[in-house]
Amino acid sequence: MSADTFNITASTSSATKGETLIDTAKNIEAMNPDIIVIRHSCSGAPQLLARHIGASIINAGDGSHEHPSQGLLDIMTVLEHKKDLTGLKITIVGDIAHSRVAVSDILGFIKMGAVVYVAGPATFIPAGIENLGAQVCASVEEAVDGADVVIALRIQQERQNDPLIPSLREYSAFYGINKKRLEAAKPDVLIMHPGPINRGVELNPDVADGPGSVILEQVNNGVAVRMALLYLVMGGDKSGDAQGSQ
Amino acid sequence: MAEMIILQNGRIIDPLQKRDEIADLWMRDGKIVNRAQGIPGHARCIDLGGKWVVPGLIDMHVHLREPGEEYKETIETGTRAAAAGGFTGVACMPNTRPVNDNATVTRFICEKAGGCSTHVYPVGAISRESKGEGLAEYGEMKLAGVIALTDDGVPVVDSQLMRRAMEYAKSHGLLVMSHSEEFALSRNGCMNEGAVSTRLGLRGIPTAAESIMVYREIALSELTGARVHIAHVSSATSLDLIRQAKKRGVPVTAETAPHYFTLTEEAVDGYNTHAKMNPPLRSEKDRQAVRCALADGTLDAIATDHAPHSILEKEVEFSAAANGIVGLETALPLALALVHEGLISVNRLVHLMSCSPAQILGVPGGRLAVGDPADITVIDPERVFTFSAEKSYSKGKNTPFDGWELRGKAVLTLLAGRETYNDL
Ligand SMILES: [Zn+2]
Ligand SMILES: [Zn+2]
Repeated sequence: MSADTFNITASTSSATKGETLIDTAKNIEAMNPDIIVIRHSCSGAPQLLARHIGASIINAGDGSHEHPSQGLLDIMTVLEHKKDLTGLKITIVGDIAHSRVAVSDILGFIKMGAVVYVAGPATFIPAGIENLGAQVCASVEEAVDGADVVIALRIQQERQNDPLIPSLREYSAFYGINKKRLEAAKPDVLIMHPGPINRGVELNPDVADGPGSVILEQVNNGVAVRMALLYLVMGGDKSGDAQGSQ
Repeated sequence: MAEMIILQNGRIIDPLQKRDEIADLWMRDGKIVNRAQGIPGHARCIDLGGKWVVPGLIDMHVHLREPGEEYKETIETGTRAAAAGGFTGVACMPNTRPVNDNATVTRFICEKAGGCSTHVYPVGAISRESKGEGLAEYGEMKLAGVIALTDDGVPVVDSQLMRRAMEYAKSHGLLVMSHSEEFALSRNGCMNEGAVSTRLGLRGIPTAAESIMVYREIALSELTGARVHIAHVSSATSLDLIRQAKKRGVPVTAETAPHYFTLTEEAVDGYNTHAKMNPPLRSEKDRQAVRCALADGTLDAIATDHAPHSILEKEVEFSAAANGIVGLETALPLALALVHEGLISVNRLVHLMSCSPAQILGVPGGRLAVGDPADITVIDPERVFTFSAEKSYSKGKNTPFDGWELRGKAVLTLLAGRETYNDL
C-alpha cells in the first residue's frame, strides 16, 4: 500500500491564529485529498468536518468520544486468540469517563456478542454508561472474576483541576491489575492496554509482561487495521481489488 | 386628528378581567377605549373572524446584543423579531459590551429603543461588569430606566455578594433575576450530564449545578425578604425546590423557555450546536416536570432567553460553540402546542406570556382594560406554517426549530395602536 501523505498539526496550520476547524479543512481540501484522518481534542470534530467537506473522514480519536480504529484492533487481537467472541467476559478497568477507547471498545465488543464489564472508582464511571450496554461492577475483583479479557486504561490523577483520585499509589492499591487480582480471571485471560502504560499504576509489570499480555500484538494489529481502513474507505472490496486506485 | 382602530369579531382573552368573549375592541390614540369614546366614521376596521385578541406578549428574558455585538443582533432587529413573534415588550439582559452596569449604558439602550417595534425594558447588572465583585449603581440605573437586575450569562458565585445585592435591590424596589448555576459543577461542561453526554463523549453538566444555586437564591430570599426571580429553569429538582418555597410564602418567581418543554438532550445528537445552551437541554423526565410546572403554577412565565449568535460562534467544535439559541419567533407557536395538547388553557398561556411577566417586572401591560395602552397581540391559533430561520427577522439563525412545521402564530401585533407586525 502506498499513499502520499501530508501531516497538519495545530501549530503548522493556522488553528492557533484563530482559523476555524472548517477553514483548516477547506484549505486541506484544496489539496484534493481522498481521505482526511483526523485526531482532535474536541468530541465530534470529525463529524463537523464530514458535514462540511467532501473527502472521506477517518476518525483517529476525538476528545473523550471514540477511537474507532483502536476498537477494531482490540477486537482483531481478541479474535486471533479466542476465535469467537460470543459470551466472552470483557472487562475494562480504569478511567472510563475520559477514555475515547472505552466507548469504542464497549460498542465494538458488544456488537461482536461479548459481554462488557467496566470497573473503577465512581469518579471514573460516567453517567449512563450502562445505556451503552456495559455492566458496571462495584469492585475490580468482581469485574476481573471469570474474565476472558482485561483491558486496563491509562490513569491520570486529575484533569483540568478536577480531582479524580487521591493518588496514583492508592489507585494502584485498589484498582491496579496485578498477578494476585488476575487469579480470579480465566486461566487464559488476555491482558490489553491501549498504551502508553503507566507501569505499576494501572498495570503491574508482572502482568504487563506476563504470559497473557497481548499489548505488543495490539500495536502490530493497529498497523493492519489502519491499512485495511484506508483500503476500504478508498473503495476496496473483499476480494482484494481496489476500485479505481489512482 | 384622532386615530381609531376597531378589531372586530375577535375572541378577546383578558384573564385579569376574567374576560373571554367574541367582541369588538376599540382603540383611539394608542389606548383602549370603549365604544362611546369612539368615532366610528374615521375608524380603521379589521375583521378578525374569531382570532384571539390578547394583551401584548412580554418576553422577560432576551439578549439584544447591543451595544457591542451588533453583528449578532441590534435593538432594532431584535425588537422586530419580537414583534413578529407577537411580543410588545422585551426585557434585555445586561451582558452586552460594555455591560449595562451603569446609567450611561442604560440610557443608550433606551435611546436606541425609541421608535423600535416593542417596549424595551433594560435589566441592569448585579455587579460591576458582571464580574461578581462589588455592586453596580442600582439607584442611578433605575432612574435611567432599569427595571430589574441580573448578571445573566454568569452566576453570582459569591453568596455574600448575592445577599447584599438582594438587600440593596429591595431598597430600590428592583427585582433580582438569577442565572442559577454552580460553576464548580458546570465548569467545562457543554451539555446535560447523562447517558447522551457519555455516548457523545461530551463533558456533562449535572442538574445539581442548577438546583444547588436555585436553593441558595431561595434561602437568600428568605433571609433578606427580597423578591427573587429564577431565570430559565430546566430541571425537575429545581422546580420541586421552587414549588416548596412558594408554599412557604417565599417571594420567588420563575420562568422557563420553550426549548426546555419542547426538546431534550437527545437534540444534541450529531453534535448539533443549535441545541447547545446554558442551562443545557435536560432529560425527558425534566421536560415532563417543566410541563407540569407550567400547568400547576410553579412556573410563572415563559421567556425565550433569545440568544442570537453568528455562524462564527456556532459552526465550530461542539465544546467550543457558544451557548444559546434564538427564540422570539418560535416561542408562541411552541407554547401554543401546549394549549393544543390540552396541557394548559388559553387563559394560562396568556398569564405565562403576558400577565405574569408584566406583574413580575412591574411594567405596564398584561391587560386590556379601557385606558390601557393598546399593546395587543392577535393570534391565529390554527395557522400552520413552516418556520424558516433564513427568513426570520432576527439576525441570529441559531435555532433547533428551523424547518419545523408549527401550528398557531401571532398574525397582528400592535404597539400603542401602531402596527408592528401584520401577517393577517
Ligand atoms: Zn442565563
Ligand atoms: Zn440569558
